[in-house]
Amino acid sequence: MSAPAVFFYLFGAAAVISALAMVLNVRNTVASAMSLVVTMIALAVVYVVLDAHLVAALQIMVYAGAIVVVFLFVVMLLNLRRDAFSRPRERLTKLAGVVFALGGAFAFLQLVPKSLPTVQAIPADFGSYAAVGRALYHDFVLPFEVSSLLLLAAIVGAVVLAKRRIS
Amino acid sequence: MEALLPVLIKTLFIIIVAVAAFAPVITWVERKQSAVMQDRIGANRADIAGITVLGLLHPLADVIKLLTKEDVVPTGANRALHLMAPLIAAIPVIASFGVIPYGGTYHFGDTTVNLVVADLDWGILYIFAIASIATYGTVIAGWASNNNWSLLGSLRASAQMISYEVTMGLSLVGIFMCFQTLRLTDMGVAQDSTFRIFGFLEHLGLVDSIGFLGHLTLPTWGIILQPLAFVLFLTCVMAENKRPPFDLPEGESEIIAGYFLEYSGMRFGLFYMSEFIEVVVIGALVTAIFLGGWTIPWLSQADIIGGVTPIFGVGVATGLCMILHVLTFFLKVIIMIWLQMQIRWTLPRPRYDQVMDLCWKVMLPLSLLNILVTGAVILWIQGAKA
Repeated sequence: MSAPAVFFYLFGAAAVISALAMVLNVRNTVASAMSLVVTMIALAVVYVVLDAHLVAALQIMVYAGAIVVVFLFVVMLLNLRRDAFSRPRERLTKLAGVVFALGGAFAFLQLVPKSLPTVQAIPADFGSYAAVGRALYHDFVLPFEVSSLLLLAAIVGAVVLAKRRIS
Repeated sequence: MEALLPVLIKTLFIIIVAVAAFAPVITWVERKQSAVMQDRIGANRADIAGITVLGLLHPLADVIKLLTKEDVVPTGANRALHLMAPLIAAIPVIASFGVIPYGGTYHFGDTTVNLVVADLDWGILYIFAIASIATYGTVIAGWASNNNWSLLGSLRASAQMISYEVTMGLSLVGIFMCFQTLRLTDMGVAQDSTFRIFGFLEHLGLVDSIGFLGHLTLPTWGIILQPLAFVLFLTCVMAENKRPPFDLPEGESEIIAGYFLEYSGMRFGLFYMSEFIEVVVIGALVTAIFLGGWTIPWLSQADIIGGVTPIFGVGVATGLCMILHVLTFFLKVIIMIWLQMQIRWTLPRPRYDQVMDLCWKVMLPLSLLNILVTGAVILWIQGAKA
């Protein structure tokens, strides 16, 4: 096995294990959120192995570096303990989780291998910030600007909701 | 795949210089600087057989003291996370040295020496990503200590660090536009040249020839092309480092010591060291982006090698150039560290809301304005050329 393949399987396994640790650990919500961070970082390493460097950097900057920090922020302020989750509902959620996980895995194994495109040689600048930038700001500039308007509306909405009195 | 040995040597070199040599000396500089600012003599007591070496033995005394202290985990704390937090804080800081170039690319016959551990195409993004991970060290430290003061400190730290990360990224966009790259080594090469101060008159067709004024040149350093970005970026990275005047997460007069209140011994030492290593990282990063990196102003690499080759031959000339460049780089880093120390002991700590206002209401609009003006000027110059 080549070095990238070793890293791929190593960090792929790390991503799966830490994702499971996040879901199964109901005792400690902060540790659970930290498992999510580990998942994000492991995924970023997988992206690096797959030559998607910009996506890897964004994965860590945006997801691990900003979004999950806000999760942690909320979880820490709520200071949840084990008894915050009622027992019977927990068992029901576990059952539902198992059913959906098995169903998802089955569908994945049925559908994905058939729909995978054949392997093609990737262009030299694949995954670089230059290629992504050209696609975003040149080839697809209109959809990009429209989505930025959408984000702006979301930001304004968040400010209006969060601020009781706008002076 | 690169050969492993050169990478290992380069990693060892930068770690030894930055972590083992720079950081302990900076703790001494910090003490001496505060002494100068407060009209005291400063650290001068630690001695071995009566020899004090200007107080330079204090870092050694610090380390011995911290190593022999008891490592306390408070009751009710989350033991695993409490023990892990200092490592989460320290490792990203050290890892950011991976992409910082401390010299250029040199050709010795067939072998090429490239003085950077990992010459990533997305070098700056790597730094941003790594810096955003460092937030977790402080956040987890505060939460896992089971202490309300610590929790307050870590909440302050996380809000402050996330806010300043936004402006930190945006303040550099102008630099990306000027140098057309995110690779730190390419930025260094781009800064290894000069431009004529009044060249724009000729370029825009205002005068036919600027005559003797053409001898007035400036190096194409980031700080000269993007002075506003320099101020914004330096402020942001200092706020990221949580050192005074941005030490609200510690705020000893309000929340005792903030997020590392419950740490003792070498685990406290790790927080302390990572703060000082980050001072070196900031110095190196600002040098690489704004102060021309390893380059010597008005004396490009081709000039040095071309000038020395007739006397000593190409090999010696290239080697000499390499040593000069590495020394120049670390000299600039020392200047930047001195500047940070000066700021740290000059400015008082603002209120927390003032820090956040500064970020969102002053720095963010200014960095956006900087991007707009830079883009307009670049388009204008390109239009004049065509």
